Amino acid sequence: MGVVAAVGYQSDWFDVVRAPFMVNAFVAGSLVAVAAGLIGYHVVVRRQVFAAHALAHIGFPGATGAVVLGLPVTAGLLVFCIAGALAIGALGKAVSEREVATGTVLAFATALGVLFGSLASRSASTVTSILFGNLLGVSGAQILTFACFTLVLGAVLAVVARPLVFASIDPQVAEARGVPVRALGVVFMVLLALVVTMSVQVIGTLLLFALVVTPSAAALYVTARPAAVVALGTAIALVSVWTGLLAAAMFDLPPSFAIVTIAVAVWLVLYAVSRARVRHGR
Amino acid sequence: MTAAEDVVELDGVAVKRGGHRLWSEGTFALPAGACVAVIGPNGSGKTTLFELLLGLVAPSEGSVRVLGDRPRRGNRRIGYVPQNYTASVGEAVRCRDLVALGISGTRWGMRPLSANDRGRVDAALEDAGVAEFANRRVSRLSGGQQQRVAIAQALVDDPDLLLLDEPLSSLDVASQSDVVSLIEDVSARGDVTIMVVSHDVNPLLPVLTGAVYLLDGHPHYDEIGAVVNSELLTHLYGTPVRVVRTAQGDLFTRGGGG
Ligand SMILES: Nc1ncnc2c1ncn2[C@@H]1O[C@H](COP(=O)(O)OP(=O)(O)O)[C@@H](O)[C@H]1O
Ligand SMILES: [Mg+2]
Repeated sequence: MGVVAAVGYQSDWFDVVRAPFMVNAFVAGSLVAVAAGLIGYHVVVRRQVFAAHALAHIGFPGATGAVVLGLPVTAGLLVFCIAGALAIGALGKAVSEREVATGTVLAFATALGVLFGSLASRSASTVTSILFGNLLGVSGAQILTFACFTLVLGAVLAVVARPLVFASIDPQVAEARGVPVRALGVVFMVLLALVVTMSVQVIGTLLLFALVVTPSAAALYVTARPAAVVALGTAIALVSVWTGLLAAAMFDLPPSFAIVTIAVAVWLVLYAVSRARVRHGR
Repeated sequence: MTAAEDVVELDGVAVKRGGHRLWSEGTFALPAGACVAVIGPNGSGKTTLFELLLGLVAPSEGSVRVLGDRPRRGNRRIGYVPQNYTASVGEAVRCRDLVALGISGTRWGMRPLSANDRGRVDAALEDAGVAEFANRRVSRLSGGQQQRVAIAQALVDDPDLLLLDEPLSSLDVASQSDVVSLIEDVSARGDVTIMVVSHDVNPLLPVLTGAVYLLDGHPHYDEIGAVVNSELLTHLYGTPVRVVRTAQGDLFTRGGGG
């Protein structure tokens, strides 16, 4: 038996897919995909893809710290992500420009996460599940939290979507027209913190970008109609989660790997098609 | 608004920026329907003058009135195109959606645009000569086309005052003349007062009725014949400028002493 023996076609995959933990994984993954599709358009239009990446790292010590204290991972993630979101929001554009300072802070956050992880019992599995996600271990309570977050996200976005897009595209004109640009920036960062909190638990800190940003960025290659981008971005995220989970069950792969691979493949195809179209002057 | 009312009135206005006084003793009034250039060297406070009128910056002295009221943020009677506007618009936005934000960008909630609003967006794109690009992404257009889309957004909500900050900068001559002829069309409708910040008054001369010049830290307004004279412009730009008047009465300014 070699090291790759675990990977291979699993003839019992249909039973695996119907097991309760798999059903939970499908539901949780779908909620995260919808949330990612809703926020992804705004992340890309606001050009804050870096903020999504940064928040995921800032959440890592929150999650491992919560495990040490015996608190729910969601609580630790939420506190750290919202604090990080408010800090990034207060710094505004500066955070993406001060690369060295930001990179250093993120490295420190990750180091803290490793420390807290080592303090937790069963440290290796704690750290691994936060870095790479633990979709197959999602509980009913987590699903309930994810559903609440997704509802809040959808409700708030339904109210602020237009002024938020206006403020993202041109803060100067929006401000002159009376849009509360700064307040919307804070609202957006808090919503992003909710999405990151959910996504870390499903796909992991290190892979979150591929589910929160990549599907919407891929959709934007196809269309620039706002509603169509949100719909297509959500669809790509959903298909990635579903087919990723199926593939994971069929070939006994880590679900995060399968999901991210499919999202990246879709992105790659749409990127290549849009390049070709630009080259042919369309 | 009565026809005789002045659209912009400054009385003894001074503004501070970053703690120190940028300009002072600004006293002038712009009549309704005017098309006015705002000229002055870099950093002289032209953009700040616009921000004053938009209520984004408060005067440290004096009083400002815009369209009969004190300046306030969110004044829907003012259309505004900032400096380098379209440079900040990424791949993600279609021309039609950018223009529509001029109407819907301040609305909360998800209610779709009414048929009437969509008609106004189409009309604004049409008037700006960019209807054919309506469904294209803003970033795919040339600089001059982008500037016209930006002006369409500023006009879509039927403002009474239009503020354009350096709409001609970094455009080639052909694109400049497209933008100028759009400004000319808007001005000819007679119901919009226009202020245009520009480094080069030459391309705008056929349209202008006057100019605000920021010289020695004090803004002044003059009708066009009075402002465009050689000494003043030479002083303003610190390089010799010659004014040429053609037989038709058109004014041209030329760099260089010869
Ligand atoms: N938000 C600000 N805070 C501090 N100083 C500013 C700000 N905006 C502009 N300034 C300063 O005010 C001066 C005038 O700026 P501006 O009105 O943009 O000039 P112009 O448009 O004529 O080039 C510049 O020296 C600039 O550095
Ligand atoms: Mg300026």
